[in-house]
Amino acid sequence: MNVQTVSVLLSFILILALAAVFLRVRGLAHEGRDYAPVQGNAYRIRAFGFWFLILVGLPISIWLFRENPYTAEAAAPQVINVTGYQWYWELDQSEVAAGVPVEFRVTSADVNHGFGIYDAAGTLVAQTQAMPGYVNRLTHVFETPGTYQVLCLEYCGLVHHNMIAEIVVTEGGSDG
Amino acid sequence: MADTTFTHSPATTDRGRRWVVLYLATTGLVLLLMMLAGLWMRLAQAGWVYTDPALFYQLMTVHGTGMVGIAALGGAAVLWHFLSAHVRLNSRVMGANFGLFLIGVVAILVADFPGRFGGAWTFLYPLPATSQGAWPAWAAALHLGGLLVIGVGFLIWCLELARGIIATYGGLGRGLGWHVLFGGSMRDVPPPTVVAATMVTIVTTLALIAGALVLVMSLINLAFPAVEINPLLAKNLIYFFGHTFINATIYMGVVAVYELLPRITDRPWKTTKVFLAAWTLSTTMVLIIFPHHLLMDFAMPVWAMAIGQVFSYVNSFPVLVVTGLGALAILHRSGIRWDLVSTLLLISMFGWMAGVIPAVVDATVVVNSVMHNTMWVPGHFHFYLLLGLLPMMFAVMIHLARGEDTRPQGSDLTALLYLLFGLGFVSMFLIGGWASVPRRWAEHLPEWQIWDQVASVMAVGVIALTTVFVAMFLVRTPAILREG
Ligand code: HEM
Ligand SMILES: [Cu+2]
Ligand SMILES: [Cu+2]
Repeated sequence: MNVQTVSVLLSFILILALAAVFLRVRGLAHEGRDYAPVQGNAYRIRAFGFWFLILVGLPISIWLFRENPYTAEAAAPQVINVTGYQWYWELDQSEVAAGVPVEFRVTSADVNHGFGIYDAAGTLVAQTQAMPGYVNRLTHVFETPGTYQVLCLEYCGLVHHNMIAEIVVTEGGSDG
Repeated sequence: MADTTFTHSPATTDRGRRWVVLYLATTGLVLLLMMLAGLWMRLAQAGWVYTDPALFYQLMTVHGTGMVGIAALGGAAVLWHFLSAHVRLNSRVMGANFGLFLIGVVAILVADFPGRFGGAWTFLYPLPATSQGAWPAWAAALHLGGLLVIGVGFLIWCLELARGIIATYGGLGRGLGWHVLFGGSMRDVPPPTVVAATMVTIVTTLALIAGALVLVMSLINLAFPAVEINPLLAKNLIYFFGHTFINATIYMGVVAVYELLPRITDRPWKTTKVFLAAWTLSTTMVLIIFPHHLLMDFAMPVWAMAIGQVFSYVNSFPVLVVTGLGALAILHRSGIRWDLVSTLLLISMFGWMAGVIPAVVDATVVVNSVMHNTMWVPGHFHFYLLLGLLPMMFAVMIHLARGEDTRPQGSDLTALLYLLFGLGFVSMFLIGGWASVPRRWAEHLPEWQIWDQVASVMAVGVIALTTVFVAMFLVRTPAILREG
């Protein structure tokens, strides 16, 4: 299961759970009861929710941050320099080996673009912004050989939807 | 948790009521037009209506800018209506803001249609000045100038709120209830509406200052291209402005929930210390979490990214745990009969809480790496705006159309249908994000178009029901104005 699928399932499950709570409140609203006990319960749920989010959720959020793309690995064996232009990509090399880290050094010659790498099945696997005056370093390991596409993921004007390039990922070079 | 005294809000003595009605009527009409522009974009992406990409991006710019503008206009009307029962406000400010808003709208419409400007509502530097001939510099300048005029209007409006709150409560800190929260005082406890208004005033003022700054810088750059801006600084200012400003609109709208649910259920919404703490937390957090929009800008310092991720998560506490649960508690076994207004308010709390979920998920860097600038993002914000903010505004429109009588009337079927079509519509954006469909693409690949097609059908339903709600208000507008 890829990250997208996990995200969508998690979100939809939480939204459905929330919907169930709302439906219950809606269904029981016609029963007139004293507010005090209802409110007491709500305060208890609130306290529980608060501590749950602090003690369980917060550590998870912090723990998830350890996996971030910002600390570029030292000297990746393969480097590709990427420049975005209105409206095409310039890659100084478009063939890489699978299984070996590739460092993309991404910048732009004009406006902001978004360097998004899509696999052969059309799934977004990694991205970084292409910004004038800055070089963003994105390290990615292509697991499967094949033809990947680069799509633009930052709105850059009239032909934003047609800024497409290809990267061919070959077998070999891999020792695991 | 000791409950502090509840300041019961008197029956409304709304100053500037005519303006409130005018704001809401304008909101309703512009909303419908912008929704039609949105439908057009969806039909274009679906492959059902051929649209020149240049026109698509102009529509996208008008839809984004227009929707954010009327979210603020409608939110401002709701907040003003309820706040003016607690705080004495000068209604001429409503008129000034309205006038500037209209001037800005005309400028933007001229810039975007005859002028062909298509730089999106985020006008990300240096795109306005760098279109490769798609639009002339004057159009970019006119659009940005229009935004600036609208921003100045809202800034004046915010300052009037701040003045009123300070005059009545003795300071913005007291408006947030800090004397109660930290000083243990039980006097002058601000009612929920005042607390929300204080937060809105603070964050919107800061957002508008940042926005005005980057607009002026961009205008200077348009006039003198040699004067360049640091693109990362511009991006930070723009997202700080955009994120904070659009978020503030729902904090404006939520006062409808605070004010109307107690009247409907005859149960008070108390200002407790937890409530005050939640709003103070929101005030700070909404200001510092904007880097979650910059998680794919690796040039940003890593600590800013950590704040963007972790605090976006924390920021959901106050909303989910305090306001959402508060609304559910007040309704639970309250003995009410559901009608259009109460159901719209219930939907609004659901839409807000549920709409936060995909946002928090996407603010996680591992997720953001494969979801940022996909349809997941419009999925999140259409969720909380279409199903959170809009139902709050519709509820207030219908409340006013009913002469502020909160006794249940009629059926709530239209609200439920709106919810269903709305859910269908926003789910298609979210599923598009799951399928890696990029956002802001004028043309879609055939394998993506099934989601666009379903979304188009759902959008027609949303628009039909919006027409019903807006019409219910508009037919009563002359009478409300006559009654004064
Ligand atoms: C029937 C209702 C609506 C429809 C059909 C609609 C449709 C759309 C579409 C197709 C897009 C462009 C998506 C993309 O490819 O990136 C969009 C963007 C947007 N919409 Fe809506 N929308 C609706 C309601 C709303 C509402 C109620 C709001 C706010 C109150 C809103 C605010 C926005 C904003 C801010 C954008 C971003 C524009 C940009 O990316 O520059 N929309 N909408
Ligand atoms: Cu682009
Ligand atoms: Cu945001």
